[in-house]
Amino acid sequence: MTSADPWQTGEVAGPKKAAVITKPAMVQAFIGRARHPVLLIGHRAATIDIGAKKLVDYLLDLARVHQIPVIATGHVNKALRERGYTCAVILPAVEAGQRIADPSWGVTEGKGSCDLAIIAGLPYPMAWTLLSGLKHAAPHTKTISLDNTYQPNATWSFANISLKDWQESLEAISADAGTGGSADV
Amino acid sequence: MPLLTEKKIALTIKELDAGFGRIRDLSVSIGKLSTRDWAEPEGPTPYPSLATLRAWDRKLLSKYQPFYMPFCDLCCLCTYGKCDLTGTKKGACGISMPAQQARTVLLAACIGAATHTSHARELVTYAVRRSGRDCEINPGGNAIGVEAPVIRLVCGEKPKILADLETVLDYCESQITSLLAVTHTGQEGDPLDFESKVLHAGMIDQVGMEVADLAQISALGYPKADPDAPLAAIGMGTVETSKPVILVIGHNVPPSVAIIDYLARESLSDQVEVTGICCTSIDASRYSPRAKIIGPMSWQLRYIRSGIPDVIVVDEQCVRTDAFSEAATVGTPFIATSDKNCMGLPDRTNDPADAIVADLTTGRQKGVLILDPEKAGEVAVRVACTVMPARRKASTAISPETIRELASDCTQCRLCQRACPNDLAIPQGMKAAGDGDLSLLSALYEACVGCARCEQACTQKIPVHSLIVAAAAEKIKNEKFVIRTGRGAIQDIEIRNVGGPIVLGEIPGVVGFVGCSNFANGGKEVAEMSVEFAKRRYIVCTSGCAAMSIGMYRDEEGRTPYEQFPGSFTAGGIVNVGSCVANAHIAGATIKIASIFARRNLRGNYAEIADYVHNRVGAVGVAWGAMSQKAAAIASGFWRLGIPVVVGPHGTKYRRMLLGRADHDADWYVHDQRTGEDVYAGPAPEHLFVAAETKEEAMVLVAKLCMRPNDTTRGRAMKLTHYIDLYQRHNGSIPDDIPRYIRSTADIPVTLKGEISRILSQSDWKERPIPDPTLLGEHERPAVPEER
Repeated sequence: MTSADPWQTGEVAGPKKAAVITKPAMVQAFIGRARHPVLLIGHRAATIDIGAKKLVDYLLDLARVHQIPVIATGHVNKALRERGYTCAVILPAVEAGQRIADPSWGVTEGKGSCDLAIIAGLPYPMAWTLLSGLKHAAPHTKTISLDNTYQPNATWSFANISLKDWQESLEAISADAGTGGSADV
Repeated sequence: MPLLTEKKIALTIKELDAGFGRIRDLSVSIGKLSTRDWAEPEGPTPYPSLATLRAWDRKLLSKYQPFYMPFCDLCCLCTYGKCDLTGTKKGACGISMPAQQARTVLLAACIGAATHTSHARELVTYAVRRSGRDCEINPGGNAIGVEAPVIRLVCGEKPKILADLETVLDYCESQITSLLAVTHTGQEGDPLDFESKVLHAGMIDQVGMEVADLAQISALGYPKADPDAPLAAIGMGTVETSKPVILVIGHNVPPSVAIIDYLARESLSDQVEVTGICCTSIDASRYSPRAKIIGPMSWQLRYIRSGIPDVIVVDEQCVRTDAFSEAATVGTPFIATSDKNCMGLPDRTNDPADAIVADLTTGRQKGVLILDPEKAGEVAVRVACTVMPARRKASTAISPETIRELASDCTQCRLCQRACPNDLAIPQGMKAAGDGDLSLLSALYEACVGCARCEQACTQKIPVHSLIVAAAAEKIKNEKFVIRTGRGAIQDIEIRNVGGPIVLGEIPGVVGFVGCSNFANGGKEVAEMSVEFAKRRYIVCTSGCAAMSIGMYRDEEGRTPYEQFPGSFTAGGIVNVGSCVANAHIAGATIKIASIFARRNLRGNYAEIADYVHNRVGAVGVAWGAMSQKAAAIASGFWRLGIPVVVGPHGTKYRRMLLGRADHDADWYVHDQRTGEDVYAGPAPEHLFVAAETKEEAMVLVAKLCMRPNDTTRGRAMKLTHYIDLYQRHNGSIPDDIPRYIRSTADIPVTLKGEISRILSQSDWKERPIPDPTLLGEHERPAVPEER
């Protein structure tokens, strides 16, 4: 199944909808262009199986390879610590959204405002509303949804894709393939 | 400005010598409350209008700024539109996206406040008819001195009899009309002014709710502030199907009362089962603990489709709008009883009961509208008793073989899952059921909220929801629990006993679980959270569907929380105040702390009391599920008192949060009334409205949001102990905001002294004073009385 309709069929947003990520290189390019990206990991990332690993494993690989600071929401931080990742900023998702939308806030103190927020592992409706908040209130921030369901309020989102396609994409994105943004996007 | 002055008439005749005789000392009041024997001086804001408390609201909204999460990019409210408001675009009327979102929140709050107030008007009218206009307002006899804390605070009135409540409702109705007018095109442009009016709607909602519950407690003899209110049965498994079964659904109790009264008159009370869903059932159980509660709103479809009810009676609010067609499908006679919820049925109000009974029992009519509760009560009982024997011979149960056959039609298109608000893995359940394994389908039952959107989506016309329920037949048989019936208000003596420990922080907090728990496992999570906080010696209050959810849970010894914990307003208590409208007693308890414990004047003195509650009373509301507009209004009422509310992940669909910025030190200064200095008090409470993603995150937030600037060192240490313990348990680390909450080393929990001292030494932490805190400006502050 590959569809760029909202995963939950009633969650229709409006005129401005996410562009579909058609190949992993696009995400690598967006990350490469970003000066101050952040990766927001929701609690579901610790429970979703993708192949032999959990979603959180792919996301931590991504954070480590691309050196992206992590915001842990829900109670996912425990899963991060179990994997040896101890430097996440712990915030409720909506609080993270409010801060990202503030151009004077940076996830790393003293750095500039967040220009790219990558989001995965939140409950679908919560990600939907959070991304809507950022779409409208954070013109300085692009957003990427890395869940395997289409999020219309993101700047870029996967379509509704199969587990297999998702796994391949996450593996490619989190592979140490350089962050030069050379992909044709 | 008192809005009612113009319509009040007060006539006093000392002595009149007339042709028909002599009259002395005659006093007549129309539309006016008598407050002559109330010595308390009137505060600055009796009967506040839309902008009276704007300054207070702005103080709150400057600390807790809206973060909008639009549910739609468009405005579709007028014929200029649709208008695209994406980003910084404006609509044809000039409205911005933030203002449009605040406007929508106001609309929701108005709907909620109107619903409670309209309900209150009906209850007062009913109570007056039943008990007379002079019926005394009596929420708790001698145990209650402050009978109506919200009305005293907002209106500056001290109601004594039912007729007094009519005047209060006049005020509520005028305010709601004005608030609704604010949402008209071109009526308001600033998001914060919309938000101020949201808070106003919430405050009016609390008044309406208090009126409603005072009227029904006084006229119907409900438990009166009784911590030991009786236990009632709850759960589908408690229904004795060998008897005729009546189902009542909704919120407005008069038809249920009429059913119970008719059964008593006819000596049928032990021969007919009165069962209910939603708050009507909570209130029916307050009237007669013999009445049984089936469960929250999400039980409607499964119970109607079970065919167990022999007649269904609906009143208003939270009734599935397809309840009649669902009832007709299983051949259950149906009676609507509210002019707000006529459901397209023929009005039989003025027909003889015999004729209506005959038409319903023979199937000539499948449903009727009867706008007379007593007649509806009689008809319901007689119909149930007549149709029951034949109905028991038929069965609507779906056999395991039929489940397998129907499930095998599933094409695995996943449209059911995409329609499910909780994204439940229905296709996997259907696939397994098609192969003869019902376990996955049965497992979905506990997470299912019973909306049946899955069935609407199914291209194969599979009755998905019914199959889930059928697969869980054994679980449903075992739904046998108890709930403590709603006790109503909190006694003055209880407030005296806990007022000090709450204000000083030695009871770590008051947590109110309110509203529905309508999302996957929401009911179970509400029960687990309430038990967690009761064990930690917080005071747990609850009402409505949340109170039901708490009862539908057992510990390892088979006890429900109502059997494990006392019903008193004390540390470690689980206090069920009653139905939705009884929420006013939770707000009322915080107000009464200011009055009874701190001796603050309530009378028309809103900002001072809200400032007191916000800075000193560690109370937090939790509304966990996806909910109606009433919940929006209830939350708004708590916000204006400065009480934070935590919602579940679906709560983000309210479109905006009210969030503090702990990292902005300047936001957290309060005025210290002892020293006259403005001092940093830390982000306490940090948010006014925040969505939690998980139960675990919610518990951490609740513990944190119970902190207040006024906490003593002992109290702060205790609150920090709970916050840090929950945080460590669920996040695996010590919270990094600890230095913001430590005022002096005496605040540090003893068991964590070493670790926290190390954290403090590595930060730029400095000891600071504990203020006597207020947010009010110099001219707004009271002369502070001694606290007892």
